[in-house]
Amino acid sequence: MSKRITRITGRGMVTLRGDLSDPTLTAAVTAATGCAVPSLRQIVWNGDQAVAWMSPDELLLIVTDAPTTVTQLSQALTGIHHLAADVSDARATFRITGPWRDILAGGAPVDLHPDAFQPGEIRRTRLGQVAAAFWATNPDTAELVCFASVAEFVGIWLETAATEGAEPNLYAG
Amino acid sequence: MSARLPTGGRLIDRGLRVPFRFNGQHMTGFNGDTVTSALLADGQTLMGRSFKYHRPRGAVAAGAEEPNALFALGDGGAFEPNARGTVTPLTEGAQVRSQNHWPSLQYDVGQLNDLMSKFFPAGFYYKTFIEPRAAWKHVFEPVIRQAAGLGPATTKPDDDSYAYLYAYTDVLVIGAGLAGLSAASTAAEAGKRVLVLEQNSYPGGRLMVDPVEVAGQEGHDWARAEWARLAALPNVTMRLNTMAAGVYDHGYVLAREACSGPIRERLWRIRAGKIITATGAIERPIAFAGNDKPGVMLASAVRDYVELYGISPGDRTVILTNNDDAYRTALSLVKAGLSVPMILDVREQALGPLPKEARSHGIRVEVGHGIVEAHGLNGVHSISFGRANGEGAVLGQIPCECVAVSGGWSPVVHLYSHCGGKLTWDAEQIMFRPDETRVPTGADGTPFVIPAGSANGVMFAQDVAVDAAEAAARATGTTPTKTPDVTADFDSEEPPTPAWMIPANAPKKLRSKAFLDFQNDVKVADVELAAREGYESVEHTKRYTTLGMATDQGKLSNIPGLAILAQSLGEPIPNVGTTTFRPPYTPVTIGTLAGEARGPLFKPTRKTAMDAWHAANGAEWEPVSDWRRPYAYRQKGESTEAAVNREVLAVRGSSGMLDASTLGKILVKGPDAGAFLDLLYTNKMSTLKPGKCRYGLMLNENGFIWDDGVVARLSDDSFLVHTTTGNSDRVHAHMEEWLQTEWWDMRVYAANLTEQYAQIAVVGPNARKVIEAAGNTLDMSADALPFMGWADGEIAGCPVRAYRISFSGELSYEIAVPAGQGMTLWNAFLEAGKAFDITPYGTEALHVLRAEKGFIMIGDETDGTVTPQDLNMSWAVSKKKDDFIGKRALERADLTRPDRKQLVGLETVEPSVVLPDGAHAVEKGEMIGHVTSTYFSPTLGRSIAMALIERGSERDGEVLEFPVAKDRTIKAKVVDPVFYDKEGARQNV
Repeated sequence: MSKRITRITGRGMVTLRGDLSDPTLTAAVTAATGCAVPSLRQIVWNGDQAVAWMSPDELLLIVTDAPTTVTQLSQALTGIHHLAADVSDARATFRITGPWRDILAGGAPVDLHPDAFQPGEIRRTRLGQVAAAFWATNPDTAELVCFASVAEFVGIWLETAATEGAEPNLYAG
Repeated sequence: MSARLPTGGRLIDRGLRVPFRFNGQHMTGFNGDTVTSALLADGQTLMGRSFKYHRPRGAVAAGAEEPNALFALGDGGAFEPNARGTVTPLTEGAQVRSQNHWPSLQYDVGQLNDLMSKFFPAGFYYKTFIEPRAAWKHVFEPVIRQAAGLGPATTKPDDDSYAYLYAYTDVLVIGAGLAGLSAASTAAEAGKRVLVLEQNSYPGGRLMVDPVEVAGQEGHDWARAEWARLAALPNVTMRLNTMAAGVYDHGYVLAREACSGPIRERLWRIRAGKIITATGAIERPIAFAGNDKPGVMLASAVRDYVELYGISPGDRTVILTNNDDAYRTALSLVKAGLSVPMILDVREQALGPLPKEARSHGIRVEVGHGIVEAHGLNGVHSISFGRANGEGAVLGQIPCECVAVSGGWSPVVHLYSHCGGKLTWDAEQIMFRPDETRVPTGADGTPFVIPAGSANGVMFAQDVAVDAAEAAARATGTTPTKTPDVTADFDSEEPPTPAWMIPANAPKKLRSKAFLDFQNDVKVADVELAAREGYESVEHTKRYTTLGMATDQGKLSNIPGLAILAQSLGEPIPNVGTTTFRPPYTPVTIGTLAGEARGPLFKPTRKTAMDAWHAANGAEWEPVSDWRRPYAYRQKGESTEAAVNREVLAVRGSSGMLDASTLGKILVKGPDAGAFLDLLYTNKMSTLKPGKCRYGLMLNENGFIWDDGVVARLSDDSFLVHTTTGNSDRVHAHMEEWLQTEWWDMRVYAANLTEQYAQIAVVGPNARKVIEAAGNTLDMSADALPFMGWADGEIAGCPVRAYRISFSGELSYEIAVPAGQGMTLWNAFLEAGKAFDITPYGTEALHVLRAEKGFIMIGDETDGTVTPQDLNMSWAVSKKKDDFIGKRALERADLTRPDRKQLVGLETVEPSVVLPDGAHAVEKGEMIGHVTSTYFSPTLGRSIAMALIERGSERDGEVLEFPVAKDRTIKAKVVDPVFYDKEGARQNV
């Protein structure tokens, strides 16, 4: 399978912290994204928008217009203790097409066996020496986010791991 | 001399010739050969020289336990020293060189060490070279280093690439011999995810050599078929050429895979539910005089070379054994058409079916006898023999080229032992084997490392598969599956007898030539000397004699060595015990451990949104935590020092701009946010009004400053906390820790927004004009945006938040903008600032500017032992608050004593002389403090410094002495640390 590493730009991201069981909060999330609030280590998609579980009191919203989403959430959650912040510019996103399980297994201490990790799940972990989170959008494609300051490092890391013939063939081939 | 047999060799392909070079000479092996088998095929039994005495050495073993056949491979960046030839596949064009000799392998000057060996007894360097002290450094050590040692390390960067792999499995099976394959089969049938690692390039272990029938097939055929069958199962992963190096807590295992293609070696980092060690057993040598000569080999290794590689170890092989298994070597040699003139069996009788079969081939078997000495210079030409329990009287001499030795077998318990698995002494089989009552247990209290087969002390092929299936059943909580029928060539073997040194009562002359550790040249006499000198602990004896401390980690020498020690001490072997087994099982290259982390991936460098511009405009970099920041921007032909001075003067004179993006920015929000910050900072933040900023100090529990910064109140329930560059992640983690563990009832959320914003400081008397010229919607007037205020707006079309704060004492704004627009805003200020000679400046100018104002810097004025009072910053410590982190500690006697070191300013008596950073102030021979920051101030035209000095606040005007060299002392006067614009007029405009 051919391998490709590409950068995804222009995607809005919002960090939302709050009580994930609060119906007002879940309704606000769904209103902003069209997605239900995901359960533990899950990511829910609706078209271009998604909501990812980050911790017991934190979600990551992937949206088309982050500043508007932050305003929307703030209004909907008036009087409810929460934090919503635009983090679009703090992140870099990569798309990995091809044997992404074998590529990511070289840097992330995550069980990537198909029995343990499938599209619809997210892992907050590290890649090599830097923090990262990733999910699969379909059996042949995964997406990875890292901090923008280390985007160059992560780009080189991914390209190196995707070098022809370098794959460990643990999951593919 | 060894040679290639006309036929045979299960692993080699005689149709594929592989040319290589040994010490520059052209040689040829076959595909499937190891370096060692190819050399033996060429008659090269002499393969290297030993560490200490430079004695000639050849291969002893055929596997990972080999101590002698170590080679230097390759050249330049592909050079690898100390490669074990017995496990290194021969590759076309390989450059193989022997080690540890000069001028040549055949004639070695260092062999003189051997003649001097009586001057190199156990622990010789502890005894001989103590006095005079200086001689150790200048004479003894360099000489010993030159004479001793194996291959040199390369000085070139490694040509090869390496990688990591994180793998997870329910059951990890280490070893793919009869035990490993049987265990894997049971675990796979139980439906578990199974990972099988085999260190060799082929599966089967001893099935490849020994005549065992499995499920009606020859053992080696069954092993290959079973490997293929298992590999095809969806829940099983199998890897050859992969050596499990270490077992750690919680089922963590490191393994090294030798790869082909762009990756040379891959480090597997495995998390396994259960680990089955099916690692087999290693044959032990027996010590006798001359047992280290090339041609003396383990009996099993001789069999391996005949059966696997079609090698004759010599026309005539004498066998020395204490057990029946070595007779298989005799049968193998006879079958290959070679001569076995004599089997010396140290037991008083040998009546089992194997000895019987040997006798039926006309082989002379001498029971109760052993070798007195092996003779020969660079190899063996004969042995003399005598009574095994005797004193060395020679009863006869037998010409031979090879001696095959077997002192019995030791289970490979290394991996089992790494995580605390204990051993028991099996007196009948004469071996340490895993103690089933003291196996390593995991978090749930059940065993997580389970030994199987001969690694578990189950030595007969008939029993191995059953034991392994049971091990796998225990690992998976199932019942053992049916194992294949296993039939060995002979259905019984008689027990061995202990044999460590032959003849048992040999005189010292013979014991001084009987080697235990071949690689480190430790002899029987050395261990006995250590015992006489009082070394009773096996761990101490190991270090004193260096027994087992070489690159083979004593795989062959440990058990014989401790047996000799036990004998000398008159103790039973289990009382002496083994040394500790530590990872790695066999050496792993540093390159493999480093993995991909080299070159651009050595360490991540964090870069800001304006990094590329800095790089293109002469930035000299300074690493600040993981970030790189411009230290100064050097113009063409400009020195760094001149650049810094130019940047400082530009800021003071008109305007400068700084990339301040790396500053930590943490959003703290919630009804209790103010109360929370009151606890984190020494001063009160809850009284801050929205739209305003306040400087704060953060203490640790011990009352010492660890971070500082400006807090902006964004709204009633939200604050933006600025941290130092190096502490942004730490402050955020600190907040989360307190919120999650202690103050979980506080309604506060924190989010680290450091990277969301690029931040640009526009600084200098014309700063306001620059911003206004950049197209700005903000009201920049002093009334609308006063000092320590902030406002939102747009500059150059970018959404910004402008903080009017100053770390230079000048009129100064820090403008935050979404990072993606950082470069746009940077360019806008460059353009708008042209009229005001705007000058980008780096961290060093920033430092000089703040030092001129006496502002402290975390990490310069603080070092983890400094309080706010020490820095004359009591004003920043609230007296009104009930509590904050560090409050109680500040009241400790040590933190309130009057003679603590306090911050002072320093002006050198000679204005052009700049004090060295860290210089000590000395008064009446006592050190009374040190310089914390020191610069040449271009603004003031003189050197300035800050220092922490005992009772500093009482010393205004004193001249202190800073001895900086033997005959040079710099004098400096204590002054107010605020050197410039004491009234603070410049920032209030």
